[in-house]
Amino acid sequence: MSEARNDIINRIRASNGRTGPIDAEAAAKIQERLNRPPVNLIPERGKGEGTELVERFVEMAKEASATVTRVASADEVPAAVEQYLMRKNLPCEVVMAPDESLATLPWSDQPRLTIRRDRAQPSDYVSVTPAFAGIAETGTLMVHSGATTPYTLNFLPETHIVVLEAAKIVGAYEDAWARLRTKLKAAGETTLPRTVCLITGPSRTGDIEKKILLGVHGPLRLNIILVETDPKNS
Amino acid sequence: MQPFSHAFKESADRALENATQRRALGKVRLEFGAKRAKTVARLPEFDALKDQAKTIKDHVLENLDFYLETFEEKVTANGGHVHWCRTPEEACDAVLGLCRDAGARTVAKGKSMITEEIGLNAFLEANGITPVETDLGEYIVQLRNEPPSHITAPAVHLNKEQIADAFRDGHKDLDPARPLDEPQELLDEARAVLRDSFIEADVGITGANFLIAETGSTVIVTNEGNGDLSQTLPKIHIVVTSIEKMVPTLEDAMTILRLLARSATAQEITSYTTFSTGPKRADDLDGPEAFHVVLLDNGRSDLLGGEFREVLRCIRCGACQTLCPVWGAVGGHAYGWVYSGPIGAVLSPALIGIEEARHLPEASTFCGMCESVCPMRIPLPKLMRRWREKAFEKKHTPGVTRYGIGLWALFAKRPALYRLKVRAVIALLARIGRRKGRFRRLPFAGGWTAHRDLPAPQGGTFMDQWRSRGERSAR
Repeated sequence: MSEARNDIINRIRASNGRTGPIDAEAAAKIQERLNRPPVNLIPERGKGEGTELVERFVEMAKEASATVTRVASADEVPAAVEQYLMRKNLPCEVVMAPDESLATLPWSDQPRLTIRRDRAQPSDYVSVTPAFAGIAETGTLMVHSGATTPYTLNFLPETHIVVLEAAKIVGAYEDAWARLRTKLKAAGETTLPRTVCLITGPSRTGDIEKKILLGVHGPLRLNIILVETDPKNS
Repeated sequence: MQPFSHAFKESADRALENATQRRALGKVRLEFGAKRAKTVARLPEFDALKDQAKTIKDHVLENLDFYLETFEEKVTANGGHVHWCRTPEEACDAVLGLCRDAGARTVAKGKSMITEEIGLNAFLEANGITPVETDLGEYIVQLRNEPPSHITAPAVHLNKEQIADAFRDGHKDLDPARPLDEPQELLDEARAVLRDSFIEADVGITGANFLIAETGSTVIVTNEGNGDLSQTLPKIHIVVTSIEKMVPTLEDAMTILRLLARSATAQEITSYTTFSTGPKRADDLDGPEAFHVVLLDNGRSDLLGGEFREVLRCIRCGACQTLCPVWGAVGGHAYGWVYSGPIGAVLSPALIGIEEARHLPEASTFCGMCESVCPMRIPLPKLMRRWREKAFEKKHTPGVTRYGIGLWALFAKRPALYRLKVRAVIALLARIGRRKGRFRRLPFAGGWTAHRDLPAPQGGTFMDQWRSRGERSAR
């Protein structure tokens, strides 16, 4: 245990009027709170259900300069990707998350698309990834790193296309964290993934005369393909 | 950086002559004020969230040792390392040691005020390692070899022509005749130049807006995505942060995050809020191989035990700077050190000493704007007043001021005499200034009238008006 560590801890204790650690009862109470984190105040706009949340998500995501393409079923995703790239006059070479949710889609129906399944390289222009959740409150996506979801896909390419099923849209940030905790627990994981990111719109800056410009270091375009399959049928 | 706060008056005078900066800052204050108000109004729960955020942070400060120990346990369990540092020197050494172990020659840096506080860039350069700031604003001020003038908007004092000049000076290998008139052209050039920095860097350094005890995570809040590239592409991720950034849980972080972007940039949330937990996992396809947290105290543990404890709730949104009339007139650099505006006036005396920073708590009109917009309910005017008292007690206040205060006190203790004198002075000024309603020049008040007019008094003293209005309303 380092000397610096001891010094800092002891000074904190002295400043809080203690000579030792907090008493066992207080520590147990705090530990219990850490083990089962209570939810604080959730704003009204983070509440609601079903289509109400989906509509709010779309509205807020657009406000944050993301674009949203709505499709009726997952089978339509490959065509939506191709059409988006053609419309924007972008190259049809994409780097895609090697994730099962995307692998099972009918990509071979779109022969113009060239697909590489890997992490992103600096030379990549377009990426396609899934998202773990959509958060209606602010039109935010929750993504995380993992074996099938490399983190660089979210940042290196100039165009980021995210496939999001409507059933993954929740109201508030806390709802998304709750879902992530449940998933990790089911997988026997005790820690968060290396990186969890809340993404709201494309990369932006206001550093030059407060003018908002998109695409500084991260993507210039964020296109969300929203799959609106009725959760009851899927 | 070497503090230059003792020269605040001279720096402020110079800043007031700087028409370019005054134009830039004046515009920012007006526009941000309106935008922030609109964003806050869209979230009816904003004030209630402020109360919860304050409660969370007060609870953390009360149990900070417990939370820091828990955080360290978690970071270690996740395969990371925590380096405890009492002083800026210890923190710089810790970072240098990690860079040397990695054989690093260049470092990509995300935005971090703590690295400014400890003077990390100059230290690394002196030791043969090149740090590259990758936040656009930070990159611009790094090219100009100056400190950031605002916590969240480092280059807010500059116009696009000045930025273009900095790019031409800094990017000598590019065509000198290239057009750089538009912000978009500047942005495209910065994106291309900095892209290489991320790829070449051996080490990535970021700050942290929050440390989460529950998970051992560090959190950064950015708009550009530079922080994410800085911490994903290089082999090593070093987080340079300070002890008061702690929050208990992810839920607690979210509560405070709802306040942060709204207060900092009037956004609902920034483009990226990133939670980093340990190094990359065995089956991850990208990410850093090592994760280090350099944890700085630098006097904060002592601050915790005194009358300035509440400043440790600060989340560095910069709202108190952007909306401060004094900061808006003189800009951040006049304050002579890393933190400026009201938060600087309270924090700097604690970190660099009241003797060096004695002018900063005086640089306030006490209009109360800073406290009213502070998302963490920090009573900044009250804390500035305390520093003024301390400076006076320690006799750092200049002789003339002390004499003036003494003279004022002499009258203030004798209310009848005070009123008589004030009434006479006001009547005199009102008569002289009757025609124009203001003074462009006034003897003994040159410091005031050099940069603005003094309104001529109207309608008698406050006490007289109070009395006459009271009588009217009683009737």
